[in-house]
Amino acid sequence: MKGIIRRLARILALSGAKTAALMLAVSIVAFVLVTVSPIDPVQQYILGLGTAVSPEQRAEIEEYWGVNLPPAKRYMNWLSNLLRGNLGESALYRRPVADIIRERFSNSLALMLCAWALSGVTGFVLGCVMGMHRDTWPDKLLKSICYLLSSVPTFWLGLVMLLVFSVWLKWFPIGFSGPIGVASRDVTIWQKLYHLILPAVTLSFMSFANIALHTRQKLTDVLNSDYVLFARARGEENRTILWRHGLRNTVIPALTLQFASFSELFGGFVMAENVFSYPGLGSAAAAAGLNSDVPLLLGVTLFSALFVCVGNTMANLLYGLIDPQIQEAVP
Amino acid sequence: MEQKEGTLLEIHDLSVSFKMYDHGLNQTRLQVISDLHLTVRPGEIVAVAGSSGSGKSLLASAILGILPGNAEVKGHMHYKGQELTPKRQQQLRGKEMALVPQSVAFLDPLMKVGSQADGHKRPRPKDRRKQLFRRFGLPDNTERLYPFQLSGGMARRVLVSAALITDAQLIIADEPTPGMSLDQALEALKMFRQLADEGKAVILITHDIDLAFEFADRVAVFYAGTTVETAPASDFRDGPQALRHPYSKALWKALPQNGFQPIPGFQPYAGSLPKGCLFAPRCPYRTEECIEKTPPVREIRGGEVRCCHGS
Repeated sequence: MKGIIRRLARILALSGAKTAALMLAVSIVAFVLVTVSPIDPVQQYILGLGTAVSPEQRAEIEEYWGVNLPPAKRYMNWLSNLLRGNLGESALYRRPVADIIRERFSNSLALMLCAWALSGVTGFVLGCVMGMHRDTWPDKLLKSICYLLSSVPTFWLGLVMLLVFSVWLKWFPIGFSGPIGVASRDVTIWQKLYHLILPAVTLSFMSFANIALHTRQKLTDVLNSDYVLFARARGEENRTILWRHGLRNTVIPALTLQFASFSELFGGFVMAENVFSYPGLGSAAAAAGLNSDVPLLLGVTLFSALFVCVGNTMANLLYGLIDPQIQEAVP
Repeated sequence: MEQKEGTLLEIHDLSVSFKMYDHGLNQTRLQVISDLHLTVRPGEIVAVAGSSGSGKSLLASAILGILPGNAEVKGHMHYKGQELTPKRQQQLRGKEMALVPQSVAFLDPLMKVGSQADGHKRPRPKDRRKQLFRRFGLPDNTERLYPFQLSGGMARRVLVSAALITDAQLIIADEPTPGMSLDQALEALKMFRQLADEGKAVILITHDIDLAFEFADRVAVFYAGTTVETAPASDFRDGPQALRHPYSKALWKALPQNGFQPIPGFQPYAGSLPKGCLFAPRCPYRTEECIEKTPPVREIRGGEVRCCHGS
């Protein structure tokens, strides 16, 4: 037990250091990209003020924001503010970026967790079904569906889902995280869930194919292994083999893949949230991009990098906890 | 097919081939076991001895009915006098027939070896397994280890325990001894001997010819996917004059303690088998007859031999 704690502490320290280095690199790259981009943050700020400004006032504003300082100096200013938790103020929403991210992310989190769990479970179960019935018609059918879904773009699938289930069948609302005309504090959890279903299903459709195909392949390898041959020699039937050996040996790669899919999930969000007008971080990211809201864009960039990095680190940690072969030699 | 008295397993003209696709949709058939004969009686150890790549392990799979889906089996197998159908094989394996496989790769890498040895049947034969582990000198904590934490010898002892935990009448041991120390190998073989003395039948698939001669009651010499000669082990201890097939004689002479004289040529591989007798291309006594057709099995001096010239 003591050993496990010490090992976990070491891994956490190591991955913490890695994450910090990565974040630093991301901040530099993001800063450079914004600096060389044609976006003029001062112009955006002035637009946001809504009043005309004289050239003198503009020069003062530039002076105030330090626009004319050398880029390295500006980066250091930004970084030191960043480290103090000050991500700046959104030019679009006129509120601190940190608050927007917090608020939008808590909206996205529910959607993300649902989509993520749904895609993981669906993908794994379908992968097992395909693996157990390899090269029969159910396998071929499911495999075709998986290939189809992984080549379809998210926004298109989202539109189709909206068209079919919201417009034609009228089973689900056409967007937002609550009914129109109801104040957000009055929206019940059931209404929230109801609005969540369609975007969550759409998002999970985007990523379960990957898990399913990998699980299918892994299960095939397991079924062709010597240990499954031995299990058969001992009278185990297919169901017992799946239960005793199949799940055990396929769940680890599936989990790893599932955690590693955080980045794709994030990409899917930006699209899906826009299609479903869902007020999450994804739609904020799109809005920041379209409106040249530099502080918000940088904030979302850093946050998404952190998010993906945490996902991958969790996969690594989990791997070490679940797979006895990665745990240290003799207990 | 006449059934001899007192046999547990009888195999006649067993052939196993695999359907393969070479270029594109060209289907070819790869013959790995050809016209194999083998009988096993209760209370005896029959060693199936032959070089690597001769299809010995596939024989074990064929008896248990666990060949891959693209395999085609021809011939007859009888267990306790009744035809061994796939359905019957499914019923018998793990109960009346048990396999002792070759290596640690046959253990699930993510399952503790204690539960693997116990098997999937409930209630778990825990006490019996503990007894077996102790008997093979496996420390008490072995049951909590994963296969990757075992040495090669420990893994083999776990695999032997897994087979002995059942009440199998027929035990098929596929190379059970490599990786064990001589003491452990002797202990394992003594164990098989004891099981045979209790009335069980053991098929010992091995390329360790010395051990086969020493511990088996009868030895079946396996060559290119068939048994060329089955004879009492004492004949192999006595030397070439007691043996019937030219390959058995050559094998005997090729052993280090018997002069170390190899014969020229190679064992033919599946896919390039000769038309008649499989040994004909290397046989010093071959005639037209041997090249043209497969010789029948003949009984000579209490042994079986598949050769026109056997004496």
